[in-house]
Amino acid sequence: MNRTSLLLVIAVAMFAAPALALIETYDFSDPELEVRYQSLTQELRCPKCQNQNIADSNAPISQDLRKLLHQQLEAGESDDEILDHMVARYGEFVRYRPSFGGVSIILWLAPALLLLAAFGVLLLTLRSKSRATTAGVASLSAEEQARLASLLNKVGQDS
Amino acid sequence: MAPRLKLFLPLILFAMLAITLFRGLSLDPSEMPSALIDRPFPAFNLTGLGQSRPLSQADLEGQVSLVNVWATWCVACRVEHPYLNQLSQQGVPLFGLNYKDNDADAQRWLDELGNPYRFNIADRDGTLGLDLGVYGAPETYLVDATGVIRYRHVGVVDEGVWSALLEPLYQTLTEENDTQ
Repeated sequence: MNRTSLLLVIAVAMFAAPALALIETYDFSDPELEVRYQSLTQELRCPKCQNQNIADSNAPISQDLRKLLHQQLEAGESDDEILDHMVARYGEFVRYRPSFGGVSIILWLAPALLLLAAFGVLLLTLRSKSRATTAGVASLSAEEQARLASLLNKVGQDS
Repeated sequence: MAPRLKLFLPLILFAMLAITLFRGLSLDPSEMPSALIDRPFPAFNLTGLGQSRPLSQADLEGQVSLVNVWATWCVACRVEHPYLNQLSQQGVPLFGLNYKDNDADAQRWLDELGNPYRFNIADRDGTLGLDLGVYGAPETYLVDATGVIRYRHVGVVDEGVWSALLEPLYQTLTEENDTQ
């Protein structure tokens, strides 16, 4: 083997490994399917790696799920059918956008409920504060009012 | 609320937070309940390892059994294998699901380390694994006599897991099956 072909072999070997590591690509019969494929791979969570969606993950399970997704899309299944299929096997866990209902209703409603509770607390605090001030003013008797006025008068004359 | 009680509010909130976080320390976030609990074992039609007879979900029925998902590329499977041999010697019916593996490697594994399984389903492409919701080998499913999945354990089955989690349920189900 001469020097040039040896260099060529090395060069090919250097580029071969990253090429294999690339995420596989799928051909779609309809560009619209590809758009749905992209959005579904973003929404489905990798069951093994947990904090990645299957679009980002290179785990074998994600590869299998992407392959399954491609088959399902080409078979003409709707997004809901595909998501139901995945949830039936991997549980609600597999969706980054959980459905509205069941246990996940807590997830959807908790922020709104917490906000309402915070407003409630704020209202109560403000009301009890304003009540305290008005009650404080009203509690001055006529005698005390007169004394306050005379004191204020006196301050006014002194200055 | 009495003003004195109000002073304790931050302490109470802190205690609640501390309890929640402390509980979080002992939880395993990678542990998920299977979506298939109390559902029938998914239908399949695959060949067995080292046999030509096609296997289906009906072959798992008739007794309470464990279905163990394993592969030769799975390091933890090698760790649990001796314990599976022991369980099978105790008479626990074990079925293997050889997941995304190569038949020759799997056969060599069984020849070298012993074969605790009544038969092995060869899931070469992982299609049954997808239907089962397998996300990492080893996984072990407790299947009752009517072919319904009753429990799933993800990770190595050892003495502790067997006696704490699997055996009590296995015994109850076996007794139920015997009285019927």
